[in-house]
Amino acid sequence: MSRIVCDECSRADVLRAVAGRGLPSIEPGMPTPAGTGLSRRAFVAKSLGLALSVYGVGKLGLFEEGIASAASGAQGPILVSVFLQGGADALSMLYPEGDPLYRKLRPRLAVSGGSAFAEDDRLRWHPALSPLAELHGEGKVTVLPSVGYDHPDQSHFTSRHFWEVGATDPRLLTGWMGRYLDAAGTPDNPLQGLSLTGSLQPTLATAKVPVAAIDGPDEYDFWAPGVWGEVETHMLEAIGSLGSAGSRDPAFRTASNVARQVDTLRRQLAPFGGKNAIAPAVQYPKGDSFPRRLAGLAAMVSAGLPLRCVALEATGEYDTHAGQASALAPALTTTAQSLFAFQRDLEARGVADRVLTLVWTEFGRRARENGSGGTDHGAAGTGFLIGSRVSGHAVGEFPGLANGLDDDGNLKATADFRSVYASLLEQWLGFDAERVIPGAARFARPRLVR
Amino acid sequence: VYRGGFDVPQAERLLWRAGFGPRPGEAEALAKRGLDGAVTSLLHPGRERLVGPRPHDDKGRALAPADAWGHDHCWWLDRMVRTSRPLAERMTLVWHDWFATSNAGVGSQKKMLVQNALFRSHALGSFEQLLIDVTRDPAMLLWLNGVENSKRAPNENYAREMMELFTLGANRGAYTERDVREQARALTGWRNRWKQGVGDYDFHYEPTDHDSGTKTVFRRSGRFAWRDACRLCVSHPKHASFFVRKLWGYFIPVPPDRTTEAALEAAYRRGREVRPVLEIVLRHPALYEGPRMTKPPVVHIAGLLRRIGAGVTSDAWSWIGQLSGQQLFYPPNVAGWDDERWLDTATFRGRWIGVQNILAKRQLDPAKGTAPADAATVLKRALAFWNDPALTDATHAALLRFAHTALADAGKQHWKQTQYPVLVENALRQLIAVSPDLQTA
Repeated sequence: MSRIVCDECSRADVLRAVAGRGLPSIEPGMPTPAGTGLSRRAFVAKSLGLALSVYGVGKLGLFEEGIASAASGAQGPILVSVFLQGGADALSMLYPEGDPLYRKLRPRLAVSGGSAFAEDDRLRWHPALSPLAELHGEGKVTVLPSVGYDHPDQSHFTSRHFWEVGATDPRLLTGWMGRYLDAAGTPDNPLQGLSLTGSLQPTLATAKVPVAAIDGPDEYDFWAPGVWGEVETHMLEAIGSLGSAGSRDPAFRTASNVARQVDTLRRQLAPFGGKNAIAPAVQYPKGDSFPRRLAGLAAMVSAGLPLRCVALEATGEYDTHAGQASALAPALTTTAQSLFAFQRDLEARGVADRVLTLVWTEFGRRARENGSGGTDHGAAGTGFLIGSRVSGHAVGEFPGLANGLDDDGNLKATADFRSVYASLLEQWLGFDAERVIPGAARFARPRLVR
Repeated sequence: VYRGGFDVPQAERLLWRAGFGPRPGEAEALAKRGLDGAVTSLLHPGRERLVGPRPHDDKGRALAPADAWGHDHCWWLDRMVRTSRPLAERMTLVWHDWFATSNAGVGSQKKMLVQNALFRSHALGSFEQLLIDVTRDPAMLLWLNGVENSKRAPNENYAREMMELFTLGANRGAYTERDVREQARALTGWRNRWKQGVGDYDFHYEPTDHDSGTKTVFRRSGRFAWRDACRLCVSHPKHASFFVRKLWGYFIPVPPDRTTEAALEAAYRRGREVRPVLEIVLRHPALYEGPRMTKPPVVHIAGLLRRIGAGVTSDAWSWIGQLSGQQLFYPPNVAGWDDERWLDTATFRGRWIGVQNILAKRQLDPAKGTAPADAATVLKRALAFWNDPALTDATHAALLRFAHTALADAGKQHWKQTQYPVLVENALRQLIAVSPDLQTA
């Protein structure tokens, strides 16, 4: 029986709602998850005052206000982060069939039967990624064949944390998208940073401005037994007032603050509450939360909701210590088909120019397969940028198995994730990367957007 | 040691941190024992009694925790609600989070329940023995590939997490990548069989699969095997500090000061026992005078049920737990749940639905409302439903404001004047239970 276990990516699809928790901060030495600790308190304290001033705005309802502020931002670019949890195997996603060492290192796990990768004749697409290969053929995918950082850390939690905060710094508490939102966002719009995973993605953790987490835009209704009519309306409006209580206690303030964000978000998402409010323009894969959430996201983009950064987790369990062959293909299939449908949906809705999706994982896997039909933790991984306006040309090259492995037998990085972030900030979001990525000047700026 | 007054509020906080909140009268009874007596009663609770009616699903059928989907969660929730050993049960939850194993990777509720019993039996005992027993626990052997780690084909999964998450911590210079690989070799030898219809069974140690060669771990060399791997971790100079800080963090949200940390470590080093460490934690002023903590979702729900003397009468609790960010037996990853981040806009909705689930069977019927009532009276009734929890003035005022506004809508219409107070009372019950006051303690 095949198993893939070890960590964060070992949940059945039906249990997906708990996704997106970072690492626990209690363990000494472990990086504190972005969004926790001191800056969290600062965030609560600061936004309390700010949010109160927003409530004083007057007759303009918050939803209308959201739309109003959307009017200025609605044409702005949206950056979507899709996380492949557990460390997806680079040497399967774009597999080096042309590398003489491949079958030697992967006697049981070597992939076959995929289509050629037009930019590098050593590489082929995993058959399950054929939807991405098709988009690549249209110039809508930029491939990062070996992306990572120097001195790679093989802990899921540490490496993921580095990617989340946009620095190899275990102590940083805000996500890289969160810091962008702190600088470019507004104090009254939780939708500017949206986790579509049922809980907050650390990448979006801010120090100042509010962000939101939901399961899907069509699933944010509230009711109570034996309450209806006018009383129900007042009850729903009162949720936010539980939050205006204010307190010097951090946990209490966090609870208050969340109640207030719930109130704002409920109003913002009210138009999506009805049946068929989300009518995808194309078919998405069925029976999984990732495609359902992408369909909801496309509807929200097209409705002009004030989104800036969105974070999701892809279908699947990528920490394939055992039984990799049978686990990887279905996960990649649903993920790739969903991303393909999302792109086509955005195109059909006429908003594809506004959305760019970054697909990433915390690390790739060991080049040599282990004895369990799986692979252990590695270093550099594969990333993708998807969208109508991506450059379509690979960033960094596949380093080869003869000279491209480090002392631990892991793939070396040929592109740094921070240079990808810096380029996305500058070329896609039009924002100074120096204000978001520590030491951004040190990193190259590959052309990612056309 | 905490020297302030030990009255009902302190006893209540202790019951929230070291258990699942008070049943009616429990905080008062505990307060009478004084701090020392209270802590002793929690640390030495005697045999477990389950108080109250047996749990059942929405159709009134007995729970089948080993078999029916979601009944595992409900079964444990019931135990939290009915136990007479709240601290032991809370520690069982702590170990579930510490050695976070998910049934998503194990595929057997039965094996998860066996592991759960293991956590319970070691709840307050020896951590070293717990680590040894967890290392050979079938659910853990499946979850972190212990049974796939053999001499010919080492699998590092358990070796790494044992050091990173269970005993030493990452980024503290406690171990190297080489130690991970060598510990994996030491841990080789566990095997099991698998049969269609039976699943994984016959977990055993197979000497021929064990790598009996010399390993070098933490700069020490020897022909280490799996017990040695465990002992090397707990006797590592950086283990005690990891252990006490992590354990402390489950009970108190601010780190211990240096003196306290030294005392905790000294207490732990004496025998690697949990109880002496907890004794210091539970008597520390930071628990009583320090900031509040967000209740984990399952503690919030168990506490509400205990508060009104209700039991588990629904199998919806598992998916509600999932929406709230805590489905028992399905932690998000091997690092467990993130206690710093329980609440966000999504998990708040999960908790709201949890309260709905309690109130649904207890809602007041507006048609039976007979008399008008003022806001203060209605609020008083709603608070009495929850056994009069303490609220901050601000929350009390916000609830009162809502009641005023909603009742004012009744105007002069007679049916509204009699029915709206009932609707408002139902609404207040809901709002009280999701207020910051009841989500934290």
